[in-house]
Amino acid sequence: MDAGIQTTSVQLGWFLQNAWLIPLLPFLAFLVNGIFLQKYHKVAAAVSVGAMGLAATVALGMCLQFFAGDFAQPIMSIRWEFLRFSAGLYAEMGVMLDRISVMLATVVAVVSFLIHVYSIGYMHGDTGFARFFACMSLFTFSMLGLVFANNIFQIYVFWELVGVSSFLLIGFYYYKPSAVAASKKAFIVTRFADLGFLLGVLIVSYYTGTFDFAQLQSEAALSVLAGKSFMGISLLSLAAVLIYCGAAGKSAMFPLHIWLPDAMEGPTPVSALIHAATMVVAGVYLVARLFGLFAASGAGLEVVMYVGTLTCLFAALIAFTQHDIKRVLAFSTLSQLGYMMLALGVSTSENAMGFTASMFHMTTHAFFKSLLFLAAGSVIHAVHTNDIWEMGGLRKKMPLTHLTFLVATLAIAGVPPLAGFFSKDEILVAALENGHPFVFGVAMLVAGMTAFYMFRIYFVTFWGKPYEKDIKRYEHAHESPLVMTVPLLILATLSVVAGFLPFGHNVYYGVPLEHHGVNFGVAIPATVVALIGIAAAFALYSKRGTMAARIANSMGQAYRLVLHKFYIDEIYLFVTKKIIFRFVSEPLHWFDRHIVDGTMDRIGEITIGTGRILRKTVSGKVQTYAITVTGGFLVLLFALWHYSKVVGG
Amino acid sequence: MMLTIHHYLIVSAALFSLGIFGLLSRRNAVVVLMSVELILNAASMNFIVLGQLVTPGLVTGKVFAIFVITVAAAEAAVAMAIIVGIFKYRQTVDVEKITDLKW
Amino acid sequence: METIVFYILVIVTLFCAVKVVTTPLVFRAAIYLIGSLLGMAGFFMLLGAEFMSAVQIVVYVGGIVVLIIFAVMLTSEPGGMQDRPDIKRTIPAAIVSGLVFFGLVYVFSLTEFKRMYPVEQNKGLAQAIGEKLLSLGPDGYILPFEVVSVLLVAALIGAIIIAKKERGE
Repeated sequence: MDAGIQTTSVQLGWFLQNAWLIPLLPFLAFLVNGIFLQKYHKVAAAVSVGAMGLAATVALGMCLQFFAGDFAQPIMSIRWEFLRFSAGLYAEMGVMLDRISVMLATVVAVVSFLIHVYSIGYMHGDTGFARFFACMSLFTFSMLGLVFANNIFQIYVFWELVGVSSFLLIGFYYYKPSAVAASKKAFIVTRFADLGFLLGVLIVSYYTGTFDFAQLQSEAALSVLAGKSFMGISLLSLAAVLIYCGAAGKSAMFPLHIWLPDAMEGPTPVSALIHAATMVVAGVYLVARLFGLFAASGAGLEVVMYVGTLTCLFAALIAFTQHDIKRVLAFSTLSQLGYMMLALGVSTSENAMGFTASMFHMTTHAFFKSLLFLAAGSVIHAVHTNDIWEMGGLRKKMPLTHLTFLVATLAIAGVPPLAGFFSKDEILVAALENGHPFVFGVAMLVAGMTAFYMFRIYFVTFWGKPYEKDIKRYEHAHESPLVMTVPLLILATLSVVAGFLPFGHNVYYGVPLEHHGVNFGVAIPATVVALIGIAAAFALYSKRGTMAARIANSMGQAYRLVLHKFYIDEIYLFVTKKIIFRFVSEPLHWFDRHIVDGTMDRIGEITIGTGRILRKTVSGKVQTYAITVTGGFLVLLFALWHYSKVVGG
Repeated sequence: MMLTIHHYLIVSAALFSLGIFGLLSRRNAVVVLMSVELILNAASMNFIVLGQLVTPGLVTGKVFAIFVITVAAAEAAVAMAIIVGIFKYRQTVDVEKITDLKW
Repeated sequence: METIVFYILVIVTLFCAVKVVTTPLVFRAAIYLIGSLLGMAGFFMLLGAEFMSAVQIVVYVGGIVVLIIFAVMLTSEPGGMQDRPDIKRTIPAAIVSGLVFFGLVYVFSLTEFKRMYPVEQNKGLAQAIGEKLLSLGPDGYILPFEVVSVLLVAALIGAIIIAKKERGE
């Protein structure tokens, strides 16, 4: 590979050739914004939004040109090598266009643009207005760099960058201790997971001698990895599981999910962009990117499947009890991510329907989840509270928000013909076809649960009587400005039509899926389950009855367990504080303070002490000086004389 | 016994060493100065001895001795002035006591 | 004959020199210095440089020692001019000066000083010295002579300024 920027010279459309603009534009916006425009709020916003708009346009063009062209091989828009470790192993930055990268990049760019526009309204008046846009641009750049990566080194670099951006954005309200704690938690948990990721990267790149995704997953490379083993586990599986650690951290799979609910401390557009549509799907994307690796190691995909299924169920269960609207959405995201992971997990290299289903669900979920968050943000903006029990009857006060929220909720519940139905359906079919009935059953159950808890918040927020204890809240509530509602409408439209995007034909692993009609054996039960869930929610929550509370009380202990998210956070805190801090951190701290620092201090003290002693020689007595000089002179003379004698002079 | 040049040189060396001894061990600054005069004198004696016994035709040695004497005189004058000055300030010329130039 | 005189002079000079550096009485040290210098004048006479011995007596004894005596008088502390020898100081000094002496003697013993020029004494010594000092040729010492005169003037002015009483101008 020659160094330097290498662009393709095949006959490609303009958007395809210049796809590298897509990550570059937000990066430039970040630099300009961050360095120069921190005082000029309106200009900063304009720069970021404008850059994102341009990037989104290029992305759409790229998407159209790519899928129209039906390219067999991925296109490399740029490759720039900057570090060479050995003959075959080099680190480079590249922009690679293939089916999943084009798809996800387009989604990221478009959704990010819409959220940027929304933020103009939502963040209005905040002192950190310009800083917000700088961070958002940085984040978008990092995410796009991750998506377009053509080698595992680059994806790791941008992985960490995304983590940093997330840290900056979760802790945006840095004066709130809870926000600071949440951003630290997110960063630490994901960083800890990335340790596994890094180990996986090292194992893979060392034994196969390359970072490049295509070469990594070639037959030769995979067989090398499969051939070696460590402590009885084949390196291939080990690497897959380790890399999955990183993916599990970023995508908040159980038990590394703890950071995602707390991440809701960030502003709502942040939650919409990062923790619903884009960053959290990075883990799923990574598994998809390395699907060849995972598919070749049987254990890898099994782990993915089981962890995904568990998370799916676990999160849905907790979502039943939460009353902070953003928390419910967070757990819902967790549950949907579980769906995406399990879809990947059930696939094999021969039948990769789950792969397509996962990518499909990623796309539709991006649309309706970000819509849910933005609409929730609109509501929060209007009533100044997150707690659903302090809302009520808002459908008359905020018609547009209400409408779009309803559309999104229907989509996530899987009601046809909205987008969520199609993507969830594909996942269910994939699970069934690949022979995992248990997973299929759980997924079906969770579909019903999803419908229930989503409509729970829908009914409590928008129906029923307004909150009695603070009627002013209800009276002051008003619809949000256009700059916030237009993105909502666009996303709502996308949530409706995205189901009809021809995914099977365009996004696949290995071979395109044959077009088959809707599998009514799965679709009808799924729809029925969803409708049951909606009906149950309607019965319990549409009017403010006490039935819901009575059911909750009758479950007593179990209810409390779920409400406290199974006490997982408390367990983590216990382990870190009582065990790690006491037995690891404190001794290390003592060592650092007394031995490392102590050595330095002692050396300093010795120097001072020696100096103090040596000072006494400067006594001011001339004769002492004279004796010393003469004596020294004599010694020198003697030495010279002796030396000349020895040398033979 | 024939007087060789070495006899004279040993004498001047002895005077020189005595002068050094006095320089290093006496407490009274004036006596220190006297020792310095001894040293200078020994040096000029060396010049003259060598001049007379090694190069008897030349007067170079004696010319140098004259210079040495002259410089010694100038130096003695200035040194005495300084010592008198110090005495005015500190009421002492004990070198053990005049130790202000220290840390 | 010469030898005897030589040895007498040696005894006188060295004895006086030793006394200069060891006597506790400062004024006596000055007197012993005179003795030592006179001894040296005798050496010069013995060597045949009579002009030098005269210069020695006039300048050294007559000028410098008088100056020293003035200094002794002016800096006499109440309680006598005592300068008791102190073992802590004399031992290192003795060692060092002893080493210097032996070093010098050793070096001298290594060299054979050969007489270089034939004796040629048609001028008087004083005249010869005078001519040498003031001659402009390559062999002349006129420049050092002038420099030394400047040095003397500087010393003169310096000494006056240092030692004069402050009048508060």
